[in-house]
Amino acid sequence: MPCAAIPLFSMPTWGPDVGVLLELKGLVAGYGAGDILLGIDLAVDEESLTCIVGPNGAGKSTVLRVISGLLRPTRGSVRFRGESIAALSPRSILNRGIVHVPQERSLFPTMTVWENVRLGAYTVRDRGLVERRLAAVAETFPVVKERRHELAASLSGGQQKIVEFARAMMLDPLLLILDEPSMGLDPKTRTTVFNTIRTMNDAGHTVLLVEQNARSGLGIASHGVVMESGRIRLEGTGPDVLGNPEIGRLYLGAA
Amino acid sequence: MNRLRDKRVLMAVGLVAVLTLTLVLPAISPESATTNMAVFTLMYVGLATAWNIMGGYTGYISLGHAGFFGFGAYALGLLLARLSIAGGYAPFLFVPVAGLLTGLMAAGVGWFALRTRAATFVIVTIAFMFMLQLLAENLTSLTGGGAGLGFPNPPWRGDFFNIPFYYAMLALAVLGLAVSWSIRRSKFGLGLLAIRDDEDKALAVGVPARAFKLTAFVISATLVGMIGSVYGYYVTFIYPQFVVDPLIGISMVLMVFLGGLGTLWGPVLGAVILEPAQLWLAYNYGASRLYLVLYSAVFLLVILLMPRGIIPSVRDLIAERRASAPAARAGAAP
Repeated sequence: MPCAAIPLFSMPTWGPDVGVLLELKGLVAGYGAGDILLGIDLAVDEESLTCIVGPNGAGKSTVLRVISGLLRPTRGSVRFRGESIAALSPRSILNRGIVHVPQERSLFPTMTVWENVRLGAYTVRDRGLVERRLAAVAETFPVVKERRHELAASLSGGQQKIVEFARAMMLDPLLLILDEPSMGLDPKTRTTVFNTIRTMNDAGHTVLLVEQNARSGLGIASHGVVMESGRIRLEGTGPDVLGNPEIGRLYLGAA
Repeated sequence: MNRLRDKRVLMAVGLVAVLTLTLVLPAISPESATTNMAVFTLMYVGLATAWNIMGGYTGYISLGHAGFFGFGAYALGLLLARLSIAGGYAPFLFVPVAGLLTGLMAAGVGWFALRTRAATFVIVTIAFMFMLQLLAENLTSLTGGGAGLGFPNPPWRGDFFNIPFYYAMLALAVLGLAVSWSIRRSKFGLGLLAIRDDEDKALAVGVPARAFKLTAFVISATLVGMIGSVYGYYVTFIYPQFVVDPLIGISMVLMVFLGGLGTLWGPVLGAVILEPAQLWLAYNYGASRLYLVLYSAVFLLVILLMPRGIIPSVRDLIAERRASAPAARAGAAP
């Protein structure tokens, strides 16, 4: 399918910021000596499911780290609901409603599933609200209810990932950032995990997803972004990007 | 749901039964050999429970809690001497003051010690304890140094002598358990467990780790200081190596490991098993330190056979039985 609408080396232009939840402009960032991100422009629409794909070392995770405040950008701006958040601490970014589920396993292994989920809302003071969210999360994520008294470490990798999602949902995030949630999972579990991401997005949560597995990621995305070497190479709707012959050749290993 | 309620009722009945039994024990068996053993057992129930709040829930292993024990004892002894309090029930009123002073000191020690983690923290606590022992020895004008510090003599005679101390230790053990229980159920306790599992992740979800660690440390030390002060009054004469005794610190740790680290009842179980065993050995084999051989043997066995302690191991065993029982039944069915 020809994709004239998708510019290579994209420099997208936006209209008035209606419906844009997060906006990155001219973002340059890196660790120590070198820059990893060499000018990223990206808009995440409200209630969208945006998926960033790309080869190893493209800077996908670095984008997420900048958004959640774990890394300060050298140049460029990060605006969340119109407010600049590039200089804020991870804690205050969390308080603004951006929750980051990291790539590695992040549950407390010797605590129960229920305690882990409860810890997600540790900063919420309103007890009634916490109870209501616990009930809602137990409804959405059956594994939380079924295995509530078991230690997190006794769960499979996929189940742990879903409990991590459940814990993130305890803050009722405006933006949920997921870093390679399917890493190390078998195909069947991967499907469950992606279905869960879909469900969370359908419930109205904006999701920004980074995936190594481009097919699965773009398959559920409303908006797809391809990164390479610190820049955005392609952008468009999920299916469009997935169907683009360029990306097929570059990243999906098609002939 | 019903089974849960049944279990709760059973637990409550058991708890009331045990508490009643401990309350009337001196009436059943008033001879001083028994009550003396009971005083020391209750003392260790309280100490192990208090240590568990820091070591078990928060995951910071302190081998220097004997320092707080000795500090509490000295604090009460000096208070009673300065205020010229006579022997009797009045000294017990100053036990909370001794605890408070210990807590204040722990806040200062913790402020520095809790900048370290894991093995470094263990070493810092040991160093603190020996520093305290040296201070008690050398500040002769205050503590009497190696010559020791005397308490006012309790006026009680015969079999009755142990009884007030028995109830004082019982009250402190129950207080410790109540504190431990309410921490375990609170949001504060949830934060402590998260710190134990992974302090950095705990910070990431918003647990104020530094403040929480320090609070747990101070609560733990305050309880230990109060127990130490009652001990000082009970033995009526203390000197540095005797109350700032590393073996007291090691004993509480061993009891918690034996019973179940981080559980509510593990420290109680560990103390009830080990302390009478130690006293029995001391009575039968004189003042030899044979019990130390027993302690090291127990420590080895616990670490080798059930590193998580009795209560978690038994709990797992029961859960396994329950899980396999329906499966076995299903397999037997045609």
